[in-house]
Amino acid sequence: MSFLEYAPAPESQAILNLRSEYGLFIDGEFRSGGGKPFASINPATEKHITTISTASADDVDVAVAAARKAYDRVWSRMSGADRGKYLFRIARLVQERSRELAVAESLDNGKPIKESRDVDVPLVAAWFFYYAGWADKLDHVGLGAAPAPLGVAAQVIPWNFPLLMLAWKIAPALAAGNTVVLKPAETTSLTALLFAEIVQQADLPPGVVNIITGAGETGAALVGHGDVDKVAFTGSTSVGRAIAKSVAGTNKKLTLELGGKAANIVFDDAPIDQAIEGIVNGIFFNQGHVCCAGSRLLVQESVHDEVIDRLKTRLSTLRLGDPLDKNTDIGAINSAEQLERIRSLSDVGEAEGAERWTAACTIPDNGFWFAPTIFTNVSTSHRIAREEIFGPVLSVLTFRTPAEAIAKANNTPYGLSAGIWTDKGSRILAVADKLRAGVVWANTFNRFDPSSPFGGYKESGYGREGGRHGIAAYLKTAAPTAVTAPAKRTPITKGASK
Amino acid sequence: MTGTQIVPGERAVALLGGEANDANLRRYLHGIPGVDAVGLEQRAAGLGTRSIKTTSKAWALDRIIGLVDLTTLEGADTPGKVRSLVAKAVTPDPADPSCPRVAAVCVYGDMVPHAVQALGTAHGDPDQGKIAVAAVATAFPSGRSSRSIKLEDTADAVAAGADEIDMVIDRGAFLAGRYGQVYDEIVAVKEACRRADGTYAHLKVILETGELNTYDNVRRASWLGILAGGDFIKTSTGKVAPAATLPVTLLMLEVVRDWHRLSGDKVGVKPAGGIRASKDAIKYLVTVAETVGEEWLTPHLFRFGASSLLNDVLLQRQKMTTGHYSGPDYVTID
Repeated sequence: MSFLEYAPAPESQAILNLRSEYGLFIDGEFRSGGGKPFASINPATEKHITTISTASADDVDVAVAAARKAYDRVWSRMSGADRGKYLFRIARLVQERSRELAVAESLDNGKPIKESRDVDVPLVAAWFFYYAGWADKLDHVGLGAAPAPLGVAAQVIPWNFPLLMLAWKIAPALAAGNTVVLKPAETTSLTALLFAEIVQQADLPPGVVNIITGAGETGAALVGHGDVDKVAFTGSTSVGRAIAKSVAGTNKKLTLELGGKAANIVFDDAPIDQAIEGIVNGIFFNQGHVCCAGSRLLVQESVHDEVIDRLKTRLSTLRLGDPLDKNTDIGAINSAEQLERIRSLSDVGEAEGAERWTAACTIPDNGFWFAPTIFTNVSTSHRIAREEIFGPVLSVLTFRTPAEAIAKANNTPYGLSAGIWTDKGSRILAVADKLRAGVVWANTFNRFDPSSPFGGYKESGYGREGGRHGIAAYLKTAAPTAVTAPAKRTPITKGASK
Repeated sequence: MTGTQIVPGERAVALLGGEANDANLRRYLHGIPGVDAVGLEQRAAGLGTRSIKTTSKAWALDRIIGLVDLTTLEGADTPGKVRSLVAKAVTPDPADPSCPRVAAVCVYGDMVPHAVQALGTAHGDPDQGKIAVAAVATAFPSGRSSRSIKLEDTADAVAAGADEIDMVIDRGAFLAGRYGQVYDEIVAVKEACRRADGTYAHLKVILETGELNTYDNVRRASWLGILAGGDFIKTSTGKVAPAATLPVTLLMLEVVRDWHRLSGDKVGVKPAGGIRASKDAIKYLVTVAETVGEEWLTPHLFRFGASSLLNDVLLQRQKMTTGHYSGPDYVTID
């Protein structure tokens, strides 16, 4: 056996203590749902993991009512410092149970354990720590003194970063004083339900966090509920559009974080080896199931061949397989449905005349898999250069001048993220200034930090998550009548200032 | 072991399209794409998270031993100390005859005759299971002496039977931008490695990356060392901190890989100093395998310059065969 094959190094599942079925988490306890339960499967093996409840419209009513009660009676009245204590407690529990959460995430989602262990779960803890710190500093968000929470937040999250998206939604909402009803994606509910256990462990007042599971219908009932004050959604642009319609004309506040088709621009003076890593990380991180993935590679013509050649060499060292093996770089595609979409769009790419290259790797017999794929000779009119594939498929385009790079990068209905690779600092600033994307990475890609706002232009959605902007989305300016005169200070007498 | 038979300096002239003077070297070395420090360190850290278990680990531990240049470079070195080092090199683990031998012993020039004598029939090419003698030369570790002394130092060691010469570059000249001078010196030392029969001793060019400070400098110095005819590029003397680090070694491996793409020639890499634990050494093996390929994991293309590493590998090796850890008294000191 060659050394490079590496002996299997699987992470043990013994740490998981899963129940055979999970109910809905409403008002601080698990209860069965009114809808038809469904199975959650492991996308790497197609084996059954557990049974998940479906929340009916009545369950949604109960959950929203529980959140409303908790908001009115407890959470909105609690001091920021006390809310912060709960959030710090949650953050610490996430850290304590990090290995368990990472294993569950990889099992349920198919992402490699090295990503759930080194990226997802540490960021989840970081998000709660970060917003825990904001809870008693809301005066400094930028909305004036004593901004008010919105009320009950309905949050619907996608399957690509199940627990991380939960943290992005719940942490700022709770810090600002809102209560939440969250619905995870139906293929990846597991870690949200483990998080419900953490909420119990943290002794959070009942009803502050409610987690209801189910498919699109449940999500629609939740965002359309009349007693919801805020809707936050991360997911596809088509669903985002439907939500925007259903929310239009109501008083609900809305933030949407939708799709993307990010340009990763490599100039001829780029630090080449690091750029290759960045391209790989940009599109093959999490099997390309990343809304901000660098799915369009824009390479300066003069270095195109060299970059592609090096990229292919590098991709040949990627290891596809068991998500729970610590040496796996590329895990499983989350669902049969998504795999079908990646396949059909890739076929379209070939039919349109782009040149397809796929890394040679053994595909396991069971489960959903797609080998890392590059399309060269792609032009801007190809569907694979326009539509979000949401899989490990990279479309390579070329450019000749910075102006052309900027024009091509911006020529998309999306605008979530972009990357720039160059050794020249002034070019980074000049190009970043002209890119219509919410996040621009320079000489790196797919880096996240709770203090950095994240969100898109155009069809990539509106509103920002993360940082000060992320918490402002869960607050409103205090009503003018609520402003009271500051208490008079006792004048300091001379001599007392020692 | 015998170094490349190319005429020193031949590599550069073809690539530079002209004489290897300051101006031409500068133009070439500064035209190489830069290194992004954050990205490089991230990649190295990523390679460091590979989990090497069971059969792969057993293979790795044996291979590490076979790639070690067992080193003693002390002012207090004596013939007795060198004999003891050689005995350890020949029989790393007296309790286990299946334990492989190290690649070479590395000593100061005046200790070469003692090492050669102590090795006896075990002296030879590590690719054939024998042990080579490496000598540090050129006013190691600082390199601060005249060219003639450095050449004499080298020729002396070669004449005494050294198979490999570990030279230091003139870091002062490099940092001052006198690339031509650094280049000429490596070429001259390579020439001094020539034996009476026309073959060359293997030349390892020590960059002393801890003094070069930036990754861009390390990359340029690596190219310079290769262009001038080095058979190996080596990170450090072990006398300056930081010595070998994983990012620096990764960067040097990338240069070696690029040189191979360009010319088809294979140049070796030797991280030296600061690698003490098996776990760390395995990270280096992973980095080599995933950057230049597994075929680089042979003694004429990759070495560890180390002394205490060997005993940690032996302890790990014993653990793999017996199932439990022993202690430092179950391996020999050299």
